[in-house]
Amino acid sequence: MTNVIVARSVDEALATLSEAPDITILAGGTDLMVEINRGLRQLNSVIALAQVPELHRWSIGEDRLMIGAGVTYTTMLNTKLAQAAPALAQAARTVGSPPIRNAGTLGGNLGTASPAGDTLPVLAALNASIVLDGPSGERCLSLEEFMVGVKRTCLAPGELIKAVEMDHLSGGQEYLKIGPRNAMVISMAGVALAVDRKAKQVRCALGAVAANIPRASEAEAWVGERINWDSGTGVDSVLAQEFGQRMAAESSPIDDHRSTAAYRRHAVGVLAARALQRVFSEGTNGYV
Amino acid sequence: MSNSNSLYINPYSLRVNGANREVADSQVSESLLFVLRERLGCTGTKNACTEGECGSCVVLVDGVLTCSCLVLAATVVGREITTIEGLGIAESADEKLLDERGGLLPVQQAFVDEGAVQCGFCTPGLIVAVHDLLEANPNPSEGDVREALSGNLCRCTGYGRILAAVRSACEQMRSPL
Repeated sequence: MTNVIVARSVDEALATLSEAPDITILAGGTDLMVEINRGLRQLNSVIALAQVPELHRWSIGEDRLMIGAGVTYTTMLNTKLAQAAPALAQAARTVGSPPIRNAGTLGGNLGTASPAGDTLPVLAALNASIVLDGPSGERCLSLEEFMVGVKRTCLAPGELIKAVEMDHLSGGQEYLKIGPRNAMVISMAGVALAVDRKAKQVRCALGAVAANIPRASEAEAWVGERINWDSGTGVDSVLAQEFGQRMAAESSPIDDHRSTAAYRRHAVGVLAARALQRVFSEGTNGYV
Repeated sequence: MSNSNSLYINPYSLRVNGANREVADSQVSESLLFVLRERLGCTGTKNACTEGECGSCVVLVDGVLTCSCLVLAATVVGREITTIEGLGIAESADEKLLDERGGLLPVQQAFVDEGAVQCGFCTPGLIVAVHDLLEANPNPSEGDVREALSGNLCRCTGYGRILAAVRSACEQMRSPL
């Protein structure tokens, strides 16, 4: 009996998981293998999901997108998904380097559940539903329900992340993050904005500045009332600055080895102001 | 999971540079990088950070640029693995070409000509990454090159000569000898 199982279908993976609920699930390996290489985790048995074709599927519907858990950052960046969810492509672009983006997956970013996970603020802004499958069937959770703390999810034994569904919006989107350099950095602070023109909303989410991935609901409400939704105008630098301050006020960062709380809060203000001006930049009318 | 108390797994076979290679006495947690170097003797692939930061271990898996330190070796059974040892003009190729270039690809020759190799530790990873870039995009912009090599660290050259080597390789590939 081998201890390394390379699953070829979701059904096979679920059958294995129901027999051995404590088996380690391996997606792209960009987080798990680091722990293994450092000797921080002992492996008894592993189920690898990278070769399950169903998990690589994605589709673009009129109102919602479906992205399989095994879809890589490279795919989010180099396919029509990049036009359908531009902020997701921007987030994918900031992850690691080309070989990391070839390996890392959307499902893996969720499974690791780090507050610095780059796709997570975008998923929060796009009202994502995370589709889980397991012994008691399929269930769909919001990111808020799914991610219960720093690197903690409510994934039950025997369950796996199958796909993520999210809004397909026509408005401007932006994901910005800050780190010590341009490539290969883990976010010190991140901001995702997504304009929903139908609902006259600017959806705002924050990364790496709280234990979870919060939506900045007060800043959202405040800015939504100040946009001229017919023309898509009304965003000048004064408004953008105040929006930035309001976003910063809704972050709850900590001091750690990567940055200080004060710097993170400042960075949120700068990034949010910049992102707001970009999503309503001249000529775009708030559309992509 | 009858064998769940043992960290050792059954022998398996990897396809490396076109040959089937048996991997025996292997433990479950071994990365592709470890297996290539320590079990199969392919030491051209370098081991540095073991966390995907440095790019010295990159190989191609089914043609996709991959950090071998982040791959669990036993999960790539049946897939085509190409290491730095597998890049070069094959012995079966045109003898004249082999003679003129000493078996080196234009990318490899350009690194030599431009002095893009100093200590040499990062070189195999860079060659694999540049090869991967030029296969997909024979006329990359400066930005494309910098982006493609953003995951490869070099502590000697300051990258200037590496970028020059990529430009030179592109030119050579456009107008071969």
